[in-house]
Amino acid sequence: MISLSSYLILGAVLFGLSIAGIVLNRRNIITLLMCVELMLLAVNTNFIAFAHYLNDIAGEVFVFFILTVAAAETAIGLAIIVLVYRNRNTIDVAALDSLKG
Amino acid sequence: MVFFPNPIPVPQLSLVLPEIVLLALTCVVLLTDLFIPARSKIISYLLVQASLIAVAVILILQFHWPTTYTFSDMFVFDKIGSLMKIFMVGVVFFVFLYSRGYLRQTRLPQGEMYVLGMLSLLGMMVLVSANNFIPLYLGLELLSLPMTAMVAMNRGSGIAAEAAIKLFVMSALASAILLYGLSLLYGTTKSLDINQVAQAVATMPNSQYPVVILSLVFVVIGFAFKIGAVPFHMWVPDIYAGSPNSVVLFVSAAPKIAGLGMAIRLLVQALPSMNIEWQALLIVIAILSIALGNLVAIAQRSFKRMLAYSSIAHMGYMLLGLLAANPTGYGAALFYILVYSIMALGSFAVIVLMSNSGIEIENISDLQGLNSRDPWLAFLLMMLLFSMAGIPPLAGFFAKIGVLEALIGVHLVWLAAYALIFAIVGSYYYIRVVKVMYFEEPKITDPIQYSMEARLAMSVNGLAVLVLGIFPGVLFTLCQRAF
Repeated sequence: MISLSSYLILGAVLFGLSIAGIVLNRRNIITLLMCVELMLLAVNTNFIAFAHYLNDIAGEVFVFFILTVAAAETAIGLAIIVLVYRNRNTIDVAALDSLKG
Repeated sequence: MVFFPNPIPVPQLSLVLPEIVLLALTCVVLLTDLFIPARSKIISYLLVQASLIAVAVILILQFHWPTTYTFSDMFVFDKIGSLMKIFMVGVVFFVFLYSRGYLRQTRLPQGEMYVLGMLSLLGMMVLVSANNFIPLYLGLELLSLPMTAMVAMNRGSGIAAEAAIKLFVMSALASAILLYGLSLLYGTTKSLDINQVAQAVATMPNSQYPVVILSLVFVVIGFAFKIGAVPFHMWVPDIYAGSPNSVVLFVSAAPKIAGLGMAIRLLVQALPSMNIEWQALLIVIAILSIALGNLVAIAQRSFKRMLAYSSIAHMGYMLLGLLAANPTGYGAALFYILVYSIMALGSFAVIVLMSNSGIEIENISDLQGLNSRDPWLAFLLMMLLFSMAGIPPLAGFFAKIGVLEALIGVHLVWLAAYALIFAIVGSYYYIRVVKVMYFEEPKITDPIQYSMEARLAMSVNGLAVLVLGIFPGVLFTLCQRAF
């Protein structure tokens, strides 16, 4: 049987990877979107692991809500990326620098 | 065979009547706006304003009801929530009123702005009365997602798209960090219910202490991101500078109230036994926010950016009340944020109204000689700015006094002195704007054109600061009694 801590470590590693992806990524906005998604999945892993080991259904219910919201979030994110591409013909993160001060 | 061993009790729907009415009317507006021709958009505008008035009336009529939990304890009806909701609905009403002329002039989509604004308002209302992590998270997302869409509403502008993507990534990051903290909290307390979490944390064994600390740090970071406090403030000035003026008006006021609501639910009600720990975290955030907000605002040439940094500083002052960690402090923080929402609303409204006459107002120099172009508007803006600076007898002064008094009450005199010094530093850049308005010659001398109702609303908004400053008692007592 896999212990709770293994799941939590997996969640923490995924979460750390996605934060690193957001902070270090200088190339593509799509990658940012993937990192955001990965972050929410890391949280979901945590919730499911806890729900299973605590024998409590509430955590699993929460995961459904998080998944639904994540889908809506991605839809809005992709729409904005299309907007950025139309206005600038690029989706480079490095090109997003006109707002400064 | 029993399918429902525990039948779900029928929730007390009358308590969520404002939310239900708002949601239903938003759907009505959404459909109406689709089918009416572009030249009669005023119908959807009037419908929106009528529904906001209806929601406000219901909220006021329900105000004296006792604290009640419903929807299996997921929803709490209390004075804190009601007071915040009344102000949020009022602020959004004024936002739509000011924006109408601007939206028409700039040919931005009107109906979409109203519908998105109302949905975001619904999110705030759910957020401030959540008593469970699930509605809290859903309210938070319903607040931020429509706001992201609103920032991107000017589809032809690359800057607006850039601001939108920044807001999108930052708010997603903030929610995810908050959720990670909540998941750890759930793991240690085996509950998502705020009251049960509070009980479990108060009686937990010492071995779980590090996990709760970790989750507390995540929760505070998520909250600081959302209200835009240092060191998680980078997105605020960019959003203010990049989005259309009417959207800035929306973003600057009501969501800040909801942010305090979230902090009260998560820190004050869910983690009251950890108050020494979150007090330490909030002290650091408040010190940094007050210093950075006030100092960087001095260097700004853009009026919108200056107000963005001033909002960061004001969030720091609001946190001072919260971190006093006693009911007096919470009441002072609530009073501060309500007064701040009026001041931010009024000062951004001036930008929106001035943009009506063709040119987009951006820099402080655009306000040159406002006094000779429109003396009344200049006077109102002067009062709003003086109130932000904390000059008596305006409302901002009593708001600052309230939080400082709460700090002195818990023997954090050094922090109160620090806040006071930076309040004096901060008044420099507000007074500089007043100087530009009154003592510099205007480049453009045309009078400013805006509608009669906007003029009336602006007067109400500006004078509210004066009236609340002379008679702060009623609102201050309401805020104190809410806790």
